[in-house]
Amino acid sequence: MVDNRQNTNVTMRTPRARVKGLGASGHGAGHFWQQRLTAATNAPLMLGFVVIVAMMANRPYPEAVALMSHPLVALVLILAVISVTLHMRIGMQVIIEDYVHDKGLKFLSLFANNAYAVVVAVACLYAILRVSLGKLV
Amino acid sequence: MAQFNLPKNSRITEGKTWPRPTGGNNLQEFRIYRWNPDDGANPRVDVYQVDRDDCGPMVLDALLWIKAKVDSTLVFRRSCREGICGSCAMNIEGQNALACTMGIDECQEHAKGKKTGAVRIYPLPHMPVLKDLVPDLTNFFAQHASVEPWLQTETPAPEGEWKQTPEDRAQLDGLYECILCACCTTSCPSYWWNGDRFLGPAALLQAYRWLIDSRDENTGERLDALHDPFRLYRCHTIMNCANACPKSLNPAKAIAEIKKMMVSREI
Repeated sequence: MVDNRQNTNVTMRTPRARVKGLGASGHGAGHFWQQRLTAATNAPLMLGFVVIVAMMANRPYPEAVALMSHPLVALVLILAVISVTLHMRIGMQVIIEDYVHDKGLKFLSLFANNAYAVVVAVACLYAILRVSLGKLV
Repeated sequence: MAQFNLPKNSRITEGKTWPRPTGGNNLQEFRIYRWNPDDGANPRVDVYQVDRDDCGPMVLDALLWIKAKVDSTLVFRRSCREGICGSCAMNIEGQNALACTMGIDECQEHAKGKKTGAVRIYPLPHMPVLKDLVPDLTNFFAQHASVEPWLQTETPAPEGEWKQTPEDRAQLDGLYECILCACCTTSCPSYWWNGDRFLGPAALLQAYRWLIDSRDENTGERLDALHDPFRLYRCHTIMNCANACPKSLNPAKAIAEIKKMMVSREI
């Protein structure tokens, strides 16, 4: 409820009015299926990520670059980053909405959560593209 | 942030130990939450001894015995004494249940092997308390009303009744039996933290009862009214609701079906 009074518990609004509040926001289903879809895609993509990292272990840099330059490897890593950061963002948002009730702190936390997910995703994607396309640029 | 400690004026103190009944050989200890809005004191837990040989087998029998023979100031709701009115819902040995259908012996088995000897009784969790074991359920009933739990149609009403196949009628089994005792809703941690916006398992079970009714013509509007991150999607499938329901219903499953309906109209 958008209400700027100090104590919103003291009110003569009827119980029905309080329950109806500002109405249904009309979203939530999108986050619901995206969270489940990315949970399913995270499993094979993270497995691929672990295999790729294991293949790079103890190898010199040029060999790692050569591996990353393979389109299939780069594609798996890019998809893994997108799937994981989307899953992370929605999961954290649910936790914030559950437990953070102060309006200002909630807004700030949600903003920080979204910003963090975007920065992590963009940084990872940039690194993958830079290494895998390094020879072309 | 979510509040994990009780406010200062809600912290429970040690209460009065009432005298043992004279002549009873088969005594059972009860520890019961007491709070009086008029005396300004903190809540306390009073200790009573109930003569099992003089009292019926259910927890409600013991409460009535205490009220009749030991302490007439003990306040609780009760009406039908057979599990159909939903009045005597309370927290018995850590489990939300109806006092009238919970046996005194049975509730100690529910306490997961932690036999203390005493039966501990508190009001339904995380609701404002009016007095002793009586919670304020105003918000709970307003949430039930907000799902508009009645048949809504646009087609003019038929001469007789609205018809339904036996298969369509069977869809309502496991939904219509809800007695609105609030055991499920008040056992839900998500409802504890966001009860002002999350409708809770009981209201959502009833929402699904009307969503799935073959005679109802407002399914889309009903889904629109639930499509909200708080009203519906605060349910994280914790399943305390299904565990608590004294009628063995499964609100968590009904909520999952609503979520499936939400997705199926998007794809």
